[in-house]
Amino acid sequence: MVQPLNYLKESASQTAGPYVHIGCTPNFTGITGVYDKDLGSGPMATEKTRGERITIKGRVIDGSGTPLRDAMIEIWQADADGFYNSPSETRGKADPNFFGWGRCPADMVTGEFYFETIKPGTVPFNDGRPMAPHVTLWIVARGINIGLQTRMYFSDEEEANAKDPVLTRIEHRVRVPTLIGQRDGDIVTFDIHLQGEHETIFFDI
Amino acid sequence: MKNALPETGGFFARNREMHPPAYTPGYKTSVLRAPQRALISLEGTKSEITGPVFGHNIIGEFDNDLIVNYAKPGEMAIGQRIMVHGRVLDERGVGVAGALVEFWQANAGGRYRHKKETYLAAIDPNFGGFGRCITDENGNYAFRTIKPGAYPWPNGVNDWRPAHIHFSIFGHGFAQRLITQMYFEGDPMIAICPIVKTIPDEEAIKRLIAPLDMSNTVPMDMRAYKFDIVLRGRRSTFFENRKEGN
Ligand SMILES: [Fe+2]
Repeated sequence: MVQPLNYLKESASQTAGPYVHIGCTPNFTGITGVYDKDLGSGPMATEKTRGERITIKGRVIDGSGTPLRDAMIEIWQADADGFYNSPSETRGKADPNFFGWGRCPADMVTGEFYFETIKPGTVPFNDGRPMAPHVTLWIVARGINIGLQTRMYFSDEEEANAKDPVLTRIEHRVRVPTLIGQRDGDIVTFDIHLQGEHETIFFDI
Repeated sequence: MKNALPETGGFFARNREMHPPAYTPGYKTSVLRAPQRALISLEGTKSEITGPVFGHNIIGEFDNDLIVNYAKPGEMAIGQRIMVHGRVLDERGVGVAGALVEFWQANAGGRYRHKKETYLAAIDPNFGGFGRCITDENGNYAFRTIKPGAYPWPNGVNDWRPAHIHFSIFGHGFAQRLITQMYFEGDPMIAICPIVKTIPDEEAIKRLIAPLDMSNTVPMDMRAYKFDIVLRGRRSTFFENRKEGN
């Protein structure tokens, strides 16, 4: 006999379903008057936020090439200096004018999502090496049984991306571009492919 | 929590055998939406072990009362009055304090208030169908609502969802992010639901079924259901700041 470990087990995931908007973005689906605004909606950067303004936009695309029009996307990112606005951030104090989290439902017609934010700074990997600037994304929708975790890096960071501890250990190099948002001026485009030749890399974190 | 050190440990590896796989043909919509390649393993970095924390200031007075939060003044949603309560814990059994919990559901007739919803059951003019709360220092949460109805959905020709409430939970790290559903004890629809059946583990299904809680039932007012939600555990950090060899 040994002592029991007595750990609990994580609750199983279930799909967000077609009506995730009701719970998470009610104003978006026309149910007004309960919440002032949808949590995580609107620009993530205010006038006081430090950093370079960018807009991240994209779509979540299924195996037939059709954009999902009922997905919900959340983003989590560091501030311009690479600090997260979180109690678990112990390296320094994040920009008080940048929360770092946003939520956007895919457009019900075009399937497009977008985040008006700032370009994040460099965050160290667990061994201290710098990770290239990136944002973390979480995607849920009807038909997605467990939320998908991925990252978006930036096409204008070629040098940093080439040394990034996460990108460099991806065996199939042809898949690395699925994690790179394409920057054109202030716009960074990042389409997420659920299946097919360009299937996005998703992480088991 | 006030005296606690910041939690900086990584999360327990996710046991994916208890979670539904991406591809579950019995739930048809998953077929074109399931990634087909293996997930790439990534030990949690600062980017995943941190996460947003929401203040109590975002919560309105009636956000956890679905019976009145959408109702006209003096009116109430129609249906069986219930309280849903429980704790958000992590796999260590530690209560997750300050966790934002959002929930949404159909009305007593099984109808959602949504543009794309076409089921013929009546809309309740006094029921919005959603709410939210933040757990207390021990991870407790509670809300008041009406028991949702079962509803049919286009999958098989005669598929129905059991009565359920959707939950979205934030823990302390973005890697703990979870969406799930709560079911009600004794519902014969649970065993035949294609979405429930995406979960491969019988015990994991049972852990999503809330028991009737007569002890917390308010006499002459509302019954209680108890639903605990478990998020991924977090490692202790006794040895995690040592960097031999680096
Ligand atoms: Fe539902």
